[in-house]
Amino acid sequence: MAVYKRPATLKKNPSGFCPGCMHSLSTKIIAEVVDEMGQKDNCLHIVPVGCSTLNLVYWQGDILGAAHGRAPAVATGFKRTNPERLVFAYQGDGDLAAIGLAEIMGAANRGENFTVIFFNNQTYGMTGGQMAPTTLIGQKTTTTRYGRDAETTGYPMKMCELLATLEAPAFVARYALNTPKGVMEAKKAIRKGFEIQMAGKGFSFIELLGNCPTNWGMTPLQTLEYMESNTIPYFKPGVYKDKYKDEVK
Amino acid sequence: MIELNVMLCKGCSYCIKFCPKKILELGTDRNKFGHFYPHLTDEAKCISCGICATICPEGAIELPEKEKEEQ
Ligand SMILES: Cc1ncc(C[n+]2csc(CCOP(=O)(O)OP(=O)(O)O)c2C)c(N)n1
Ligand code: SF4
Ligand code: SF4
Ligand code: SF4
Ligand SMILES: [Mg+2]
Repeated sequence: MAVYKRPATLKKNPSGFCPGCMHSLSTKIIAEVVDEMGQKDNCLHIVPVGCSTLNLVYWQGDILGAAHGRAPAVATGFKRTNPERLVFAYQGDGDLAAIGLAEIMGAANRGENFTVIFFNNQTYGMTGGQMAPTTLIGQKTTTTRYGRDAETTGYPMKMCELLATLEAPAFVARYALNTPKGVMEAKKAIRKGFEIQMAGKGFSFIELLGNCPTNWGMTPLQTLEYMESNTIPYFKPGVYKDKYKDEVK
Repeated sequence: MIELNVMLCKGCSYCIKFCPKKILELGTDRNKFGHFYPHLTDEAKCISCGICATICPEGAIELPEKEKEEQ
């Protein structure tokens, strides 16, 4: 018999996300973990630019806006001067894998002791659905009208796989939010990332595969199927690096 | 038993899709933001599994504690 209460780390007002947008879902499970760990008043959420910024008026707790792509740089400064705080950056794929590529690589490579939660919806949601570095081959966006073509735009970037090649990161994992099982796995991974951070064991990165019903031009239910047959086969869920497997459960 | 906060619901229907008992259905009324929202078609069949609450992006579905004591 399950018991469920909406997390106190979310404001009581509705989120600003579109119907069915999984930004809401990821924010909700992050808030649940923060509540469950008793970190509501000790946590700092950092959002850069993108629909993640809608959390500025939804997150009940300390939240800071960073310049586009620069959340890991802001998190570095904040965490180094406030090591006791639970710090995480919540970044979109355009933000993290395009304009912010240098910052995420740098922070991960230095093994900074904070957590990055990467919301990958394979598009620039906030600006109207342009191609992102993570857009799938063949995926239609406003800037790839006939579908993304590798010849001219390269291949969708696999951030977990890239970051896992670095020596420093402690935990790197990816989960998909299109089923209840995926949501539960994602939540467990977020908890693990936060526990690694609070134990002072370094950088954790959790990628959440999500959607953008508005710019994908689909109903929320259609995005679930699309993710199953397109997103998940390319961006394979799983743990890519787990340095302290035996020490932090 | 589930409790729906109608004001938070955006009618995405994820809860309806994943309810193992298939007892959630979108109604014809809209909330004040214009979204249709679901209701239980057969309360007695709800097993309080919480799957609808897990997948709801908005945290609109709660399963209150008090039910535990009643059992
Ligand atoms: C310096 C700068 N460049 C460009 C923009 C325009 N801009 C706003 S959001 C965004 C991309 C957001 O995409 P993503 O990070 O994937 O977030 P989503 O909205 O999809 O969650 C861009 C390019 C900006 N605000 N600032
Ligand atoms: S534009 Fe896309 S990513 Fe942004 S809130 Fe709407 S559905 Fe979500
Ligand atoms: S708690 Fe389970 S059985 Fe009851 S409405 Fe939700 S998903 Fe269906
Ligand atoms: S999952 Fe939540 S927001 Fe979506 S229809 Fe069900 S109650 Fe409403
Ligand atoms: Mg995006």
